Amino acid sequence: MIKLNVNSTVLEIDADPETPLLWVLRDHLGMTGTKFGCGKAMCGACTVHLDGVPVRSCLVPLNAVEGKAVTTIEGLSADRSHVLQKAWIELDVPQCGYCQSGQLMSAAALLNANPDPSDADIDAAMAGNICRCGTYSRIRAAVHRAAELLKASGAHA
Amino acid sequence: MHSPSPAAINRRDFLASVGVGGAGLVLALSLPARGGAAGVRKAAGELNAWLRIGADNSITVLVDRSEMGQGVYTALPMLLAEELEVGIAAIRIISAPVGDAYVNQGNGGQITGTSNSVADAWLKLRTAGAQARLMLTSAAAQVWGIVPDQCHAENGSIQSAHGKSLSYGELAAAAAKLPVPQNVKLKERADFKLIGQSLPRLDTPSKVDGSAEFGIDVKLPGMLHAALAQCATLGGSAQSFDASTAQAMPGVRKVLSCASGIMVIADHYWQAIKARDELKISWDHGANAKLDNAGIRAALHKSLLAGKSLSARKDGDPVQALKGAHKNVSAVYELPMLAHAPMEPMNCTADVRGDRCDLYVGTQAQQLAQSAAAAALGLAPEKVRVFTTLIGGAFGRRLDTDFIPAAALASQAVGRPVKLLWTREDDMMHDFYRPPALIGLSGAFDAQMKLTAWDFHTTSPSITARFDPTSKDPFDSVLEAAANYFYVVPNVAVRYTRQEVGVDFGYLRSVSNAINCFAVECFMDELAAAADVKPYDFRHGLLASKPRHRRVLEEAGRRAGLGEAAPGHFKGLALMEAYGTVLAEVAEISIDAGAVKVHKITCVVDCGQMVNPKIIESQVEGGIVFGLSSTLWGDITISKGQVQQTNFNTYRVLRANEMPIIEVHLLSSDEPPGGIGEPSVALVAPAVCNAICAATGRRLRALPIGTQQLTRT
Ligand code: FES
Ligand code: FES
Repeated sequence: MIKLNVNSTVLEIDADPETPLLWVLRDHLGMTGTKFGCGKAMCGACTVHLDGVPVRSCLVPLNAVEGKAVTTIEGLSADRSHVLQKAWIELDVPQCGYCQSGQLMSAAALLNANPDPSDADIDAAMAGNICRCGTYSRIRAAVHRAAELLKASGAHA
Repeated sequence: MHSPSPAAINRRDFLASVGVGGAGLVLALSLPARGGAAGVRKAAGELNAWLRIGADNSITVLVDRSEMGQGVYTALPMLLAEELEVGIAAIRIISAPVGDAYVNQGNGGQITGTSNSVADAWLKLRTAGAQARLMLTSAAAQVWGIVPDQCHAENGSIQSAHGKSLSYGELAAAAAKLPVPQNVKLKERADFKLIGQSLPRLDTPSKVDGSAEFGIDVKLPGMLHAALAQCATLGGSAQSFDASTAQAMPGVRKVLSCASGIMVIADHYWQAIKARDELKISWDHGANAKLDNAGIRAALHKSLLAGKSLSARKDGDPVQALKGAHKNVSAVYELPMLAHAPMEPMNCTADVRGDRCDLYVGTQAQQLAQSAAAAALGLAPEKVRVFTTLIGGAFGRRLDTDFIPAAALASQAVGRPVKLLWTREDDMMHDFYRPPALIGLSGAFDAQMKLTAWDFHTTSPSITARFDPTSKDPFDSVLEAAANYFYVVPNVAVRYTRQEVGVDFGYLRSVSNAINCFAVECFMDELAAAADVKPYDFRHGLLASKPRHRRVLEEAGRRAGLGEAAPGHFKGLALMEAYGTVLAEVAEISIDAGAVKVHKITCVVDCGQMVNPKIIESQVEGGIVFGLSSTLWGDITISKGQVQQTNFNTYRVLRANEMPIIEVHLLSSDEPPGGIGEPSVALVAPAVCNAICAATGRRLRALPIGTQQLTRT
């Protein structure tokens, strides 16, 4: 049994400690918002936060996560109220949508660290997330929009 | 030019040839919700094959095209809602089951492809909405004992002239029993309330919180997970295998041999993958054991030189015109194989119980999916139900059904639902790739340097022949776009030589357009150079009788500032007609240390009447990104019969930090709605390569640009 903290809930998982966090989330916990794209940390579809830092969950084994706080797309907000989710909806960013959980988690980590990112900051933070549908321009615009919303609300992401 | 379009002919033929084209499926009007009962002829509130209205006023639209990012789950309901007089925000979407009502008239099958979902639905769904509205109106008139003319529909209810009102939910059950009115009159364009508006996509909210359910996300009670070992050599198969280690690993339930390879079925996917790696398999590498790119290329070259070809189009006397020309120009262009590489790898969940099978799958071809599972299981097709999930990218890959039979067999073998999931490597190495092509072009000028002849000869493996091996159809899917040559030249030949290379190829986004537009539009620039005319003027001069193309060209020239450029920047142009859409792209580039940097792509589009411009814009943009990836790096190579690219490190695609500025201009148009999911892909390569030639004088005649040196000649 390994203890996990996912989206502020403590859970006990009975799985091979080598199992990548991605498959623990998807198969064991049924949290399928986090996606499998490459399995080799090359596409970003599986991005989650580990103690606030974005990681590719396809290469993080379960035993490396014990005692750390995991945040997934399901935990970004309870009701699509995160500024990024609002901006994503306002700009209709997703096409197929498959990469978008990972995009949002990378963007959320960026905004946490840098609430008013430049184009170059965004490109650098998002370069690890592939979108085969080509939504990159809207993603960039939506991150700027989220930063605006954040400023207007006076809150922190 | 050709009517019906070559694409329609081909895909219809292939469906007929595999016996699903006219399958008389009893499910046409039975609309099981997921997990619901099949065979119910008509539920209460079911107005027609696309619409159900609940007593609670809920409106459910069955969408018969697959949502893979292109926006059909929004655009198609908009068409129906326009005539039904309801807003779309509260509409619930269900994917349509297999059924005759859902056949795409443009493709002859229940197929999402050829960029024609809106064109096919344009009259069909508006008519369905209007019929339902009239039935609801009649039902209300009956309740009130007045004639329907004294009632009108408004925002989900029927109002009487005397101020009475009944909601659609109150009327739906009675309305569903009324006869379906024929010859309904549809709204004039000026009266549209929804069509033409950039309404928010209905699928967006579920795609920002992880709740959207793709095929890979399907969860069924008691479901097991399967991983598949396939022979790395294309067309190879397992000769024998030793599963003793794998079998003993934690969670493993069964190891199963099937036509696709050896499958491990386990409690969890990671267990299945780990055990798959422990299988000891001896492979029969089959006929392709020695296949490589050099061999493929040599076969195409030989075939191109042999000159024997099928004629797809002949205007005037091109042979004579070329012979008697004042000046001839010739060139050969070369296109690589490409992978689809959608972000969601191939997967299928099957639930086989007795003589029934339920499939949960992201497919672009519901009837083919049904047939594939039925054939594997030895069942009649109607015993297989298909629940189409959201699709994490398809680009044509999911027109094929190769990943479906194994899932069905796995479920049958263990008596439980099974989800089969391919890894990225499986997906990359076992695609149905875009076929390679060699294209020979010649142009002839008279003494006034007027273009008098155009000869286009392509040699390539056929895609269509895979579905109909006896096909001698010159309008093969690798060729159809070339026959669309729209410049006005008196003598035109478009010819095809089919050359198989032992590999099965598939339809990739923009199909023949992406192959042929590169050659056609680059060669147009070569001809312009030979005539010493600017590329823009050369094209313009051949479009005197083509106002639609001329307008797009002129707008592109103006919007992209063709003819002016910042120091060190160069521009290249391409123009195309495909899927009923006319569009132009201008690429702005610079050359830095022998490599190209693409700064901006401007795209001007006339796609006819638009349903949702915001979605159209995103499709055009996405297509440009897709096209730029393959222009710069797309290259599937084969060695010893094995594809060398395995993941995104070896099959490079564009990333956020490599994005050019993309500017899309949609022209207002009275033409019928054209296709938009695919066309913008095809113009990127010629626009970029024409710009490179303007910058360096070097004419690239092979893709990808990759590491080709781009210094000035
Ligand atoms: S699946 Fe983890 S980075 Fe691609
Ligand atoms: S939206 Fe389809 S991969 Fe990004």
